[in-house]
Amino acid sequence: MKKLSEFSIGEKGIVKRIEGETRIRRRLLDMGVTPGAEIFLRKKAPFGDPIEITIRGYELTIRNTEAECVEMEVIK
Amino acid sequence: MKRFALAGNPNCGKTTLFNVLTGSTAHVGNWPGVTVDKREGKYKKSAEPVSIVDLPGIYSLSPYTPEEVVSRNYIIDEKPDCVINIVDVTNLERNLYLTTQIMEIDVPMVIALNMTDMLEKQGDKIDEKELENRLGIPVIKISALKETGLTELMDRAIKVSNYQRKGYSVLEGSEIAHLIGDVRIALSGQNVENPLFHAIKLVENDEIEVKMHAQTVKMVEEFKATFNNELFGTDFEALIADARYKFISKNYSPLLIRRQKGIRTTKSDNIDRVLTNKWVGIPIFLLILFSIFHLTFSQNFLYLGGLINDNWVSLSGTAFEGLFGSGEGLSSPGVLLFNLMDISVSYLFGLIGNGIESLTSTPWVIGLFNDGILSGLSAVLSFVPQIVFLLLLLSILEDTGYMARVAFILDRIFRKFGVSGRAFIPMVMGFGCSVPAIVNTRTLADEQERTLTIRTIPFFTCGAKMPILAAVSGAIVLAFNIGNAEIITYSMFVLGMVVAVLSILVMRGTTQRGNIAPFIMELPEYHLPSFKVLMVHLWDKIKHYIEKVFTIILASTIVIWFLSNFGWDWKMVDSITDSILASIGRFIQPLFTPLGFGSQLGLFGWVFAVAAILGLIAKENVVAGFLTLSAVVLATFKLDPSGLVNSGILSPEIIAQLETLIASGEFGQEGYEVVAMIAATGIEWPGLISFIVFNMTTIPCLASVGAARGELGKGKLKLTVLFWITTSFISSAITYVFCTMFNEWSLWSILASVSIILSIIIFIIVIRTLNKKRPLNKKV
Repeated sequence: MKKLSEFSIGEKGIVKRIEGETRIRRRLLDMGVTPGAEIFLRKKAPFGDPIEITIRGYELTIRNTEAECVEMEVIK
Repeated sequence: MKRFALAGNPNCGKTTLFNVLTGSTAHVGNWPGVTVDKREGKYKKSAEPVSIVDLPGIYSLSPYTPEEVVSRNYIIDEKPDCVINIVDVTNLERNLYLTTQIMEIDVPMVIALNMTDMLEKQGDKIDEKELENRLGIPVIKISALKETGLTELMDRAIKVSNYQRKGYSVLEGSEIAHLIGDVRIALSGQNVENPLFHAIKLVENDEIEVKMHAQTVKMVEEFKATFNNELFGTDFEALIADARYKFISKNYSPLLIRRQKGIRTTKSDNIDRVLTNKWVGIPIFLLILFSIFHLTFSQNFLYLGGLINDNWVSLSGTAFEGLFGSGEGLSSPGVLLFNLMDISVSYLFGLIGNGIESLTSTPWVIGLFNDGILSGLSAVLSFVPQIVFLLLLLSILEDTGYMARVAFILDRIFRKFGVSGRAFIPMVMGFGCSVPAIVNTRTLADEQERTLTIRTIPFFTCGAKMPILAAVSGAIVLAFNIGNAEIITYSMFVLGMVVAVLSILVMRGTTQRGNIAPFIMELPEYHLPSFKVLMVHLWDKIKHYIEKVFTIILASTIVIWFLSNFGWDWKMVDSITDSILASIGRFIQPLFTPLGFGSQLGLFGWVFAVAAILGLIAKENVVAGFLTLSAVVLATFKLDPSGLVNSGILSPEIIAQLETLIASGEFGQEGYEVVAMIAATGIEWPGLISFIVFNMTTIPCLASVGAARGELGKGKLKLTVLFWITTSFISSAITYVFCTMFNEWSLWSILASVSIILSIIIFIIVIRTLNKKRPLNKKV
């Protein structure tokens, strides 16, 4: 188990659990960040935050604070 | 006439589809009560025309954003005859998530499977027949861009609109299906329409539904007590979102056969390797930003000024003098447009003016039309093409998908100041015109962020404030022989931005405390903008400005004309010095004393107060006002030079300056109107700099105030206006004191500086202690 915010560029994983306040969690869920979804960390912004992830075939950007709410299982 | 609604995710090609369906019949309004654009039009290619409403782009029907609420209320309350749900096939799972929610409403619907041309290009395939079977809803392959499949789409939509459709949910096999079923039966018993949709939203603990069906909520609560899911506990909202996506990936996603499995690298990803690159991302962005300003505002396009013989460029002696450039260099496209509009407007208005003079000889009619309405409008209209050009460039960046990347790379920096990276877009639009910039803040989801952005937009020097900067700083150089006009202009520009940053920080510490809005944003694929859609987006931005020009600005021009041409006895006056406006100016003049352009000035000192009032109507008026007023000053002086000398009002030096000015014959050139004012009032340069700062940071023009009222509401507008007044007084007082230290080093300026610094320190300490006492309530 690892938080999405701890991922480095190029790492892949499966979403296990989503925490955080309702508003943020609900948005993440609506955008398809749900348990079982595969996430690929594509890049980080010039100052290391926010991050860009590939999920369900599209690109989504979230901040590290939001990525902290997403618990992941790393896949090779 | 039948009414169809278009619903779908942002960036799914909805605007393009709406445009090709409705063509020129489209018009834009507002949804009642909220500031979300409402687009309506007619589809005329069917036997009977169909009215089409474009719902805002949304990801879900949850109650968190105005767009979501507007869309769901429209489908539920207004009961369209059919919902056309646009699904971007290249982004199938997330698009179908919304579909699974609309499906639950008892409304006829069809699915427009868009971007199928893109899909085929990628070598992928979709089994749309099977998708239709599994969804139980007609699925039609289309390409809005290539305009294929549209007739079939509309034919089938018209067909299904003749039949009722019962809502259906993909949650029917889930572990809470029983609960949903029970709540649905209970709601049906209360004769609620769309019982399935409301039941699911109620189970989700949706704010709006809980208020509407307070009784039935108990049922859900009782059930919750007996339920526990290992992953979500009793958080049904999360559980339902998860169940929807699970169903979609199990039943619908396999119908899309991708040539290349796994994580793919698209063209957009390759472009982003450069544009959002860790090292060159920000430099490239700055370069693009610079190019946009250069294209729009530069009077020395591509810096070719030195190479060009200005005789043929400036077309001196012709009607088009200065069109393509001046001694400085070539006009950039934006400046060229400005010149073109300026020349044609003055030509056209000149004709109209002559026409009016030939029709009547009543002085007030001629005055009202020629000096009031026409000259007021021409000042404003000249800016329109240049602003449109800037907005066009920004719209291109938005439509290609680059603006989302800008928010991505700037978020970290902007967050330091208390807003998210998305606030950049309206702020940069503010350099063109505050009105479309303020309207654009509706793309910001967070209310606090919207308020902060709207309040600071006027500090980004708009096109209309540029002449103030140019004329006053030009005059400072001419009259006091100090500095460099460009450096003064440039530093004022920067000062505006500094004031913006500081005031956001102050508000974040005081009235607008709160957590920074979450930043969860799609980065859409890059694509070439389609001309039609670009025009729609451009028009969305401009129409608010044009509307304001012909309402607020026109009306206030007339009022100002009246005030400056009539005395308190309701008779026309010969000179503006006897007008109502002048007496108002004299009355409020003392207010500006601490800022350096108040009571310390001589006989004509009130002109600065009047110019500031004129600026409230439209900032173009400030310099125009100086022009009118300086003519009066010079005329008064010419009439009775000795009288003014003997009265001791004007010092001999000033008299000498005025005399040279009249003799030089250069009066009327840029900067000289202000020089005349300097000569007549005896104002010092610190007062002039402070005057620029005041105009830059005070209440923007009435048009922007109107726009801000639309976005903020009445109550918040009052505070916002107060904020603008306070900011302008504080920042110009500080500027004045700071500048006097370099001008006349006096004990007073030291004392004033010390007291400013002390009050800032005290302010920070007070706010810090107060904020410690009332910690932020975390929103739950």
